[in-house]
Amino acid sequence: MADAVLLNIVLYLPLLGTAALLAVPSRREDAVRQVSLAVMLVQFAITAWLYWRFDPAAGLQFETRIPWIPGWGVNYQIGLDGYNLLLVLLTAFLGPLVVAGSFTAIHKDTKLFYAMVFLVQFAMLGAFVAQDLFLFYLFWEAMMIPMFFIIGIWGGERRIYATLKFVLYTAFGSILMLAAVIYLVYSLYASAGVASFAFADLYRVRLPLPVQTLLLAAFGLSFAIKVPIVPLHTWLPDAHVEAPTAGSVILAGVLLKMGTYGFMKLGFPLFPDATQLLAPVISTLAVVSIIYGACLALVQNDIKKIIAYSSISHLGFVMLGLVSLELIGIQGAVIQMVSHGLVAAGLFLLVGMIYERCHTRELAAYGGLAAVMPVYSVFVALLTLAAIGLPTTSGFTGEFLVLLGAFTAAWPQYERGVAYPLVVSASAIAGVVLGALYMLSFAQRFLFGAVKAPHQPLRDIDFRERIILASLVVVVFALGIFPAEPMRKTELAAREFQQLVLTSRTGTRVADVRVTPGPQRAPATESASKPTIVPR
Amino acid sequence: MLIAVAMALFALGLLGVIVRRNMLVMLMCMELMLNGVNLSLVTFAQQMSSAAGAVLVFLVFVVATAEIAIAIPIVLLLVRRKHVMDLGAYADLKG
Amino acid sequence: MSYAQSLLVGLPLAGFLLNGLAGNRLGKRFVSIVGCGLPIVAFGVALQCLADLTARGGTPLVETAYAWTVIGGRSFEIAFYFDRLTAVMALIVTGVGSLIHVYSIGYMKDDASYARYFAYLNLFLFFMLMLVLGKSLLVLFVGWEGVGLASYLLIGFWFEDADKARAGKKAFITNRIGDAGFLLGMFVLFEAFGTLDMDVINGAFLGGPVAAVSASLVGILLFIGATGKSAQIPLHVWLPDAMAGPTPVSALIHAATMVTAGVYLVARMSGIYLHAAEASAIVAAIGATTALFAATIAIVQTDIKKVLAYSTISQLGFMFVALGVGAYGVAIFHVYTHAFFKACLFLGAGSVIHALGGEQDIRKMGGLARRIPVTFATFAVATAAIAGLPPLAGFFSKDEILWFAFASSRGGSPLLYGVVAGTALLTAFYMFRLLWLTFFGAPRMAPQTARHVHESPVAMTGVLVILAVLSAIGGFLSVPHYLEPLLPLPSVVPELEHLETTLVFISVALALAGLIGAVFLYGGNGERAARLGSNFPLLHRVLFGKYFVDEAYDRLITRPLYWISDRVFLRLGDQRILDGSLNGLAALGQRGAALLSRIQTGSLHLYALLVVAGIVASLAWSWRHG
Repeated sequence: MADAVLLNIVLYLPLLGTAALLAVPSRREDAVRQVSLAVMLVQFAITAWLYWRFDPAAGLQFETRIPWIPGWGVNYQIGLDGYNLLLVLLTAFLGPLVVAGSFTAIHKDTKLFYAMVFLVQFAMLGAFVAQDLFLFYLFWEAMMIPMFFIIGIWGGERRIYATLKFVLYTAFGSILMLAAVIYLVYSLYASAGVASFAFADLYRVRLPLPVQTLLLAAFGLSFAIKVPIVPLHTWLPDAHVEAPTAGSVILAGVLLKMGTYGFMKLGFPLFPDATQLLAPVISTLAVVSIIYGACLALVQNDIKKIIAYSSISHLGFVMLGLVSLELIGIQGAVIQMVSHGLVAAGLFLLVGMIYERCHTRELAAYGGLAAVMPVYSVFVALLTLAAIGLPTTSGFTGEFLVLLGAFTAAWPQYERGVAYPLVVSASAIAGVVLGALYMLSFAQRFLFGAVKAPHQPLRDIDFRERIILASLVVVVFALGIFPAEPMRKTELAAREFQQLVLTSRTGTRVADVRVTPGPQRAPATESASKPTIVPR
Repeated sequence: MLIAVAMALFALGLLGVIVRRNMLVMLMCMELMLNGVNLSLVTFAQQMSSAAGAVLVFLVFVVATAEIAIAIPIVLLLVRRKHVMDLGAYADLKG
Repeated sequence: MSYAQSLLVGLPLAGFLLNGLAGNRLGKRFVSIVGCGLPIVAFGVALQCLADLTARGGTPLVETAYAWTVIGGRSFEIAFYFDRLTAVMALIVTGVGSLIHVYSIGYMKDDASYARYFAYLNLFLFFMLMLVLGKSLLVLFVGWEGVGLASYLLIGFWFEDADKARAGKKAFITNRIGDAGFLLGMFVLFEAFGTLDMDVINGAFLGGPVAAVSASLVGILLFIGATGKSAQIPLHVWLPDAMAGPTPVSALIHAATMVTAGVYLVARMSGIYLHAAEASAIVAAIGATTALFAATIAIVQTDIKKVLAYSTISQLGFMFVALGVGAYGVAIFHVYTHAFFKACLFLGAGSVIHALGGEQDIRKMGGLARRIPVTFATFAVATAAIAGLPPLAGFFSKDEILWFAFASSRGGSPLLYGVVAGTALLTAFYMFRLLWLTFFGAPRMAPQTARHVHESPVAMTGVLVILAVLSAIGGFLSVPHYLEPLLPLPSVVPELEHLETTLVFISVALALAGLIGAVFLYGGNGERAARLGSNFPLLHRVLFGKYFVDEAYDRLITRPLYWISDRVFLRLGDQRILDGSLNGLAALGQRGAALLSRIQTGSLHLYALLVVAGIVASLAWSWRHG
């Protein structure tokens, strides 16, 4: 009971933080920074407590459920389960790092900036913990607004273009998703006689296969733009390059995971038959993302673009793991999500640090930094190795399990005569080689060789920066060496996901739906597949 | 028959609004349209013995008067600017 | 439960952490003591494990450290496994490793990054021990990648030089390509057996080939990984470039231990290879080809370390030939003897380089025998060992390989024997060439260098002496016999059994022929060799250019990859097609809006007309559909 309240506190703390910031005068920039950091640290502490209290065997926990719009069957329903536990923890963990990392980077409108960061944090957490589709959609849309401002006000030269591209692209997907949401809830209403937006109820809706495919495409488009999956990825490099450091960290650390979370929580479980039908397509796109992202990262000159394309490559692994529908692959995908969040956040923070010193992101402007900034270079090397997937880092745990899962799913099909999945999963292994190639090429030119940098002498990273990076690196290695505990907590959700996607749910009648009281009407008889509206 | 007169008045007014270029003449034509409508209202009120028509006539009168009271000064102010009565000269009002 | 193996693995890790985090602050003495002391203690622990193993009569010691993760009831554990094969490997790794650590005290004493060096060296030892002690392929793979990392860090140790750093990257990437095959092999095994534990997998194959999985497929995939790590064709290109690192690194990693990981892998998974005839044939073929290929390149190289590098590739080829014909224990025997004499050779080369103040070109050496006698003596012993002169260690192991290549019933053939024997001849030849050019004849170095030639400190020469002694007497310990319960020797084709002694004599004859040939061509002032070289300029160019394999890879793989990534994916794909269509859509929207906004002319007449038209249309429509 108290834990449910704590979860609500975690969710609304950023809003309270925004209110608190209003009380602090804008001139006192250091007070603004300290207040922001304090709020984020408190939020992380509570989230860590909730993580520790999470019971692996108990499913959805710390639930709050308040009727909101009874006429439509909308409830304010939030909770933690294996799907969102690690992602919520990741978001809360990155919060203080984002705030602390921006101390020296943002100098105008500081108060507004941290308010925007809080709002984004609020929206992201809300989207993760929401268990009601209406609430989820609300938060999903709400995320875009603060991000629009963060990139648009504090960004680089082409920030307007980048932020508009980002927002419009995502909004386009969201519109289609809205249409699908309405249709889905409507199907539930038409066939079961009750309206509900709760996930638990929507998982029971039965739809004919063509309808499922269309709806999956609509949901999937929106999520695929977010992940991003090639060919819907071109907004990401521009957004990352033009965003301020904190924006990039939030974007890469958490926002991209929203897409994969969406697939895992909504896209695939809601439309199991369509998922199974389209699995080869999705896995192909995943492998294309892996390889295409890696190839493009090879030939970039802007460091942030290298990391942006590497994100595309890493999240391709997540999609591959999810669609393998094997427990090993699914668990691997979950770990890879968290791992990528940590590693990409760290890499962007590192880029931000060097940008503050030298004001350029061009790789050609740098060289031999290991000789002049040794501590910084150690962190660059460690995070590069994590990105490569070196064993003992979280990247290895994610990639290894995903590849193993994909292979385990593909081999029986090969023995039955369907060779394509095996070809796909074997090609994904090329991503391992390419990943090492572009990351090591980057590290090579950046850290080794003759010393070259604008604005020398360069000062090495200070205490604040070291703490930030060290925290990230410690977690990366912890996940690499001891992944057992987090995976224990997510196992139930992974099983549930697998169960939901492997169970066929076509048809037109909904078998007994357990649902909150909503508008009632006489249950439909064996009706045609096209539900009709009956006016009340 | 009176209906025909009313329709003719309305048509003439409409044609005037579309064709004439002088602002004041356009306003007069709009008044003509309103009068045509009024006439038809009165005629129908009398034919169907309904009081509603007559009431509406008064409504239309008041609105037409108010409208003219505002439109004429606007035209006056505009003409003071450009010294031209031709409506075509005021296309830059499209904003 | 005993923690000996975890301790064994953990000691070098502690060394890495201590030296890495505190080494710079605590000074060179601390670093030396920790950096060398811990590996020596680890050697002691390994001996203790061996004693335990012997006390149990050879039953393996198993130790589970913890469960890495459990998914769906399948557990992936970090566990260690100590049997006879592990014992041999672990003792080589810790023993020779400790010696090289001690040598490094002398070699690197003037280097500013002393602490970093020992930290990396300890890190390497940690991962290598994980590799040989691992019970499952997962633990082995962690060690496998880890030694790749340590190798990368140590090859590019002097990173201020961009070329050296690039050599490290090349090693890592080439290894990774092999790892892709390794991973696939692991996945196939996991799919078939539900576990990656090597003893379980080998056990499953005891009764015969397993229907569920194609042994040959797995054998080939695992061998691809071995090719990368052990520098066989086609993934051998990283090893010569790896000579950019400090010489003790070349000795430890690229001679004695890391490169033998591939050999260890195949030997460890012998259960599979016993039932994989095609895979074994491929192993032997590639091993033999690589051996000959590398030996031909070595005869014309002029950098002392490059000669030794190609020699290592060649000797590794020998080991794979032995593995390919089923003589797994013999291959490990050659790992054991090779560790001694190759480390001795590399460290001796380091001593020479140290004496000459950095010179590595053998054309600029000569006449050093009298001036650095200890280095010369140990180098000569090791050269004789590698050439296969009895009764030195190399003779025993190489002779066994030649014998089984000829007579093994699992793939031995005269052709294979011919290739291997030819390589043995070339080996003796180029090694004695190296010896002669480096130590004999008139001094060809710059006068200032000649004046400063001095013998290396005791830390270095002491180790050289120990290794030379081991190269001399090490062969008398019959490792194949010790490993027989685990790795049985293949049966010999009965008709050929009587030829064993003949082949022994041929081996000796080949070694002597190589010696005589080298002395003949390079003795005196080497003009006979120069004349021979000028008679075959094209051949010389091809050999000196390493058959231009690097250039071929660059033209056929690297440059096309970058070209496609840039031109096709980036410019055409991302920029023109994807972004182009996006921006095009936006432009379309803008132009459409511009077009539509032309209705706003400001002309009231137009608006009035439109209103009337609209009214007429709606009236007409409602009249039609009323």
